[in-house]
Amino acid sequence: MKELRLMKGNEALAEAAIRAGADAYFGYPITPQSEVIEYLMANKPEDRTGMVVLQAESEIAAINMVYGAAGCGKKAMTSSSSPGMSLKQEGISYIAGAELPCLLVNVVRGGPGLGTIQPSQSDYFQSVKGGGHGDYKLIVLAPATVQESVDYVKLGFELAFKYRNPVMIQSDGIIGQMMEKVELFEQMPRVEPDYDWATLGKKKDQPSTFITSLQLQAEEQEKVNLRLQAKYREIEKNEVLFEEINCDDAEYLFTAFGSCARITRKAMEMARAKGIKVGLLRPQTLYPFPTEAFSKIADKVKGILCVEMNAGQMIEDVRLSVNGKTRVEHFGRFGGMIPNPDEILNALEQKIIGG
Amino acid sequence: MSENLITPENLVYQKTEAMTDRILHYCPGCGHGTAHRILAEVIEEMGIQEQTIGVAPVGCSVLAYYYFNVDMQEAAHGRAPAVATGIKRVFPDKYVFTYQGDGDLAAIGTAETIHAINRGENILIVFINNGIYGMTGGQMAPTTLQGMKSSTSPFGRDTKTMGSPLKITELIAQLPGAYFVTRQAVHKPANVRKAKKAIKKAMEYQKLNKGTCFVEIVSNCPSNWKMTPVQSNKWMEENMFPFYPLGDIKVPEDK
Repeated sequence: MKELRLMKGNEALAEAAIRAGADAYFGYPITPQSEVIEYLMANKPEDRTGMVVLQAESEIAAINMVYGAAGCGKKAMTSSSSPGMSLKQEGISYIAGAELPCLLVNVVRGGPGLGTIQPSQSDYFQSVKGGGHGDYKLIVLAPATVQESVDYVKLGFELAFKYRNPVMIQSDGIIGQMMEKVELFEQMPRVEPDYDWATLGKKKDQPSTFITSLQLQAEEQEKVNLRLQAKYREIEKNEVLFEEINCDDAEYLFTAFGSCARITRKAMEMARAKGIKVGLLRPQTLYPFPTEAFSKIADKVKGILCVEMNAGQMIEDVRLSVNGKTRVEHFGRFGGMIPNPDEILNALEQKIIGG
Repeated sequence: MSENLITPENLVYQKTEAMTDRILHYCPGCGHGTAHRILAEVIEEMGIQEQTIGVAPVGCSVLAYYYFNVDMQEAAHGRAPAVATGIKRVFPDKYVFTYQGDGDLAAIGTAETIHAINRGENILIVFINNGIYGMTGGQMAPTTLQGMKSSTSPFGRDTKTMGSPLKITELIAQLPGAYFVTRQAVHKPANVRKAKKAIKKAMEYQKLNKGTCFVEIVSNCPSNWKMTPVQSNKWMEENMFPFYPLGDIKVPEDK
């Protein structure tokens, strides 16, 4: 049954977590994402589904609680915003190393340091390139609407368990704070875990199960890395998501993700009205990155403008994908500033068309 | 001839089922082996091997999951009480324990230790205090005694610049969430028996859901104290026990 509601991004995401059959949420307050835990506390998921919600003493504790619950085969998640996400990086590396499934949400704000509480996309590198120590990857989903925030909770848990890998929803202060119409999916049941990798209590006459990211022998640790890399290649093959708008006849291309893609879409419409044939390619998965799509479109467009609310992060992946076939320029506002469509269109005209 | 002696009626001791057959990597004379054994014996005696989930720390006992024959998770340094919280909250009917050293529990993991206990998580924390970082090669720990030499306090711990040894056990005993707090040792048979009794009590209390149970074991580190096992135990009695006196620190009132 269709259930339509007008909801704030953070609250819709929290509601989606309950409905996705999540077993546990561990978090710590930070602006602009505190509504996630506030909504959960107020809506008593413990009564609704038996889902555990706990306010931890720190982001560090929260991510390690996620480790513990995920190690038991449970659907566990946490959310935070940029400075808090930095604190979680140790735990995320351990979770990736121990190959545990979990859902992470980063409602990004401007940095570096304590930065600002305004929206930003400056954690692209942290989310996509590793963040913590060691060679690991998160699957990174970038919602552009409240609806996608909801849908990606469900998708995120599915992918996390499919690959036994942490999944990150990289939202931002705009998506987290704004209200939109959203269609909620129906309540899914919580599932009793029955995985051979999980610590469920030792089974009689079987060896015990342990979860670790430690291999003291280099030969063994290399094997772990090879297994991880093979998994990442699978993810790259199967899970790329992107949206193309007006790309068929495009002479120029915009690319942007998340909230920034919505503003860029407006700039695209304004450009089209002026007769400039420009399209928009919006990556929905930042990892795996839509490399193929960029490579293909690079053959036919005269230039690509990468619009980001940061100083130029995704542009590195765009350039790697395009591999010199066409020019790629960046336009960004940062530190919590949000670009407007006029300046994006102006940047296209200056940097790409006239450049 | 000797084969005739191996008969059921002559059996006085055998390895507990709750430990695996792996050879312990601990140094000769170290207390970890004994501490592992008594905890494992308690698990076997209570018949809870299949309902127990342990959390290993970072430190000498980082590989504890090789030795305990129960399901285990290896936590990041200091984070065992948070990991144990995650486990216990999703599996409230399981017996959950952490096994941590002094650096792990009382330095890098102080926040996790205090807050897990303050929430009264129904877990058992076994805390091995030997006043030194063992695995990394004998650096100063939060519990290193005043004047005690270590590789990072080569002229002895100077409390003016390095802080005083931390009595974390007395500290956490103040918290309402702490249900049973005790300090034990495992260097002599009498102490081993007492320590095992304390661990058993602590594990049994877990069923009551009344709060965290905390068993400190003051132990030795012959390798990093640069002593023989016998010398280290004597030194422990003469120096560690006066500062870290053995005995119950907090016992349940409502029993």
